[in-house]
Amino acid sequence: MSRDEAVPGRDARNPDDGLTGDDAAARDGRGSTPRAAAHGDETNTPTRTPLLSARGLSRRFVSPRENLFQPGRVTDALKPVDLDVYEGDTLAVIGESGSGKSTLVRLLLALDAPSSGTVTFDGRAVEPGPAAKLRWLRRETGIIFQDPYASLDPRMSVGRIVAEPLTGLGIHSEGDHRRRVVEVLEAVGLDAEAASRYPHEFSGGQRQRIALARAIVHGPRLLVGDEPLSALDVTVRARILDLLAELRASLGLTLVIVSHDIGVIQHLSNRVAVMTEGEIVEQGPTTRVLGRPEHPYTRRLLSAVPTLDA
Amino acid sequence: MTTIQTGAPTPDPRRVRQLARRSSAARRGGRPAGRRTWWRALLATPSGLYGVVAVVVLVAAAGVSLVYTPYDPGAANPYDQWFGPSLTHLMGTDNVGRDIFSVLLAGSRTTVQVAVGSALIAAVVGVALAALGSLTARWVREGIAVLIDILIAFPTILVALMLASVFGGSLGVVIVAVGVSFGVNIARVSRGEIRRIARSEYVLAATASGLGRGRVLTRHLLPNIAPVFIVQLSWSMALAVLAEAGLSYLGYGAPASTPSWGRLLAELQPYIGVHPLAVLWPGLVITLTVLGFNLLGDGLRDATDPRVRQGGNR
Repeated sequence: MSRDEAVPGRDARNPDDGLTGDDAAARDGRGSTPRAAAHGDETNTPTRTPLLSARGLSRRFVSPRENLFQPGRVTDALKPVDLDVYEGDTLAVIGESGSGKSTLVRLLLALDAPSSGTVTFDGRAVEPGPAAKLRWLRRETGIIFQDPYASLDPRMSVGRIVAEPLTGLGIHSEGDHRRRVVEVLEAVGLDAEAASRYPHEFSGGQRQRIALARAIVHGPRLLVGDEPLSALDVTVRARILDLLAELRASLGLTLVIVSHDIGVIQHLSNRVAVMTEGEIVEQGPTTRVLGRPEHPYTRRLLSAVPTLDA
Repeated sequence: MTTIQTGAPTPDPRRVRQLARRSSAARRGGRPAGRRTWWRALLATPSGLYGVVAVVVLVAAAGVSLVYTPYDPGAANPYDQWFGPSLTHLMGTDNVGRDIFSVLLAGSRTTVQVAVGSALIAAVVGVALAALGSLTARWVREGIAVLIDILIAFPTILVALMLASVFGGSLGVVIVAVGVSFGVNIARVSRGEIRRIARSEYVLAATASGLGRGRVLTRHLLPNIAPVFIVQLSWSMALAVLAEAGLSYLGYGAPASTPSWGRLLAELQPYIGVHPLAVLWPGLVITLTVLGFNLLGDGLRDATDPRVRQGGNR
């Protein structure tokens, strides 16, 4: 199977990349889809279908009962939320620890089953279930986690780790895997030779590059980051941030990034969703939400974090 | 490159290429040349080396005994009682005039059978219970946990004695008793570890990569609990040898026609005050074999872990 067949819709998007990789457009908050807007694209109307959409999505955890006569404790990690992500958007989800950000991200990618509500990707309903039934979604999505020390299997070589989506999704023959892995490793700034080494031989930043390589190796349209920068130190963070922006432009990725770093959000995202206690209390263009926050929680959050000058 | 290739048991072309790449990188000074294959790392540690040698000697002895023993290990010879070690009888003779070296050589067959058989059963039972206990619905998991806790409560020797009293003493009873007991033990020891790994981010990433539960099990869970399994299996082999010796000593193990270290030890033990040297031999081989299995397990655990293997601290 050729690569283009494996990733439908890729060619249609690629011509945009060279022309509209302008992050400034994304940051000044004109409309929700700056790239499309820059083209005067017809799709920039409120009625167009979002790439990823959640309706009434919620997740309740019931801890096992500790006592025969009392039911287990119930935690609403996520109260029903609605969320739309349009193609080309970079959505930042911000909020304090325990606000349900990670739960939301996991539900969006069907890594967990929602207690209620639905997720739609590109107009198709996402239903958690056996791996084979979700392959179409996995093919279009990639994820990076927070801890680059926990997200790479210590017993697997980097080459096998990065090739995992190709293996899991049945893309390519074995011979092509190696070539594609090398290609992606170089795209994230690592040597081809890294493929035969093991995760423990790399630093945190390099590991996060490996995780990023794995997330994009199969050519997804949507890249989700669950606090991909927060475990890294400041200089490394800046470099990974630049890499993310670069990949977004060259691959035409739609990003959903969970973060609590206002600087990161200003740098990368054009839309923001603010979460607290399992609810999205405010969402909108980055400049609007950060510049004129409406919800008291957003104001508190912004005043608590030292911001960089935009 | 050629120096690194030699000695590789299977010259898999991909491996060879990898090694070639590694050694050239090492020559360039890009990386420390501490990279090795797992079996090289195993042989590089004194304990791993001893474990390998002990097990190889044991298996070789069992193999040789199939075709050759200096004397008939079963033939009593009343005129040859209690000879000391000599060139004709390397380890001397016992109370009925059998050549001790020949009996031990023949008994190694029994030891190998028991060790390998019980380890196989333990591995099958352990992997099956661990997989069921981690991948199935919650109520199945909880049921298995309770079952394991119940089975754990029975000491191995007691299980073997119970089986032996029903089915009669035989090697099969020893193998099944030790295999099942250790399989259950392995499942219990690895349960927490499997749960931890099943919740890890790399397993989540594997799911996000489109891998189903079965492939997550074989690609991530089993390799990552392998250290626990290896140590437990080697321990079960060691304990199987001890259990066979113990049960044969008690008269519930191998039937009298089967040569066995434990049986020999039991037969010579009454004479320990008179002929201590004769009793020493079976005790010594049992000890060295058990030690060998234990050290082999430890060595394998370290050698198969890429983090330890490349540590280069030895």
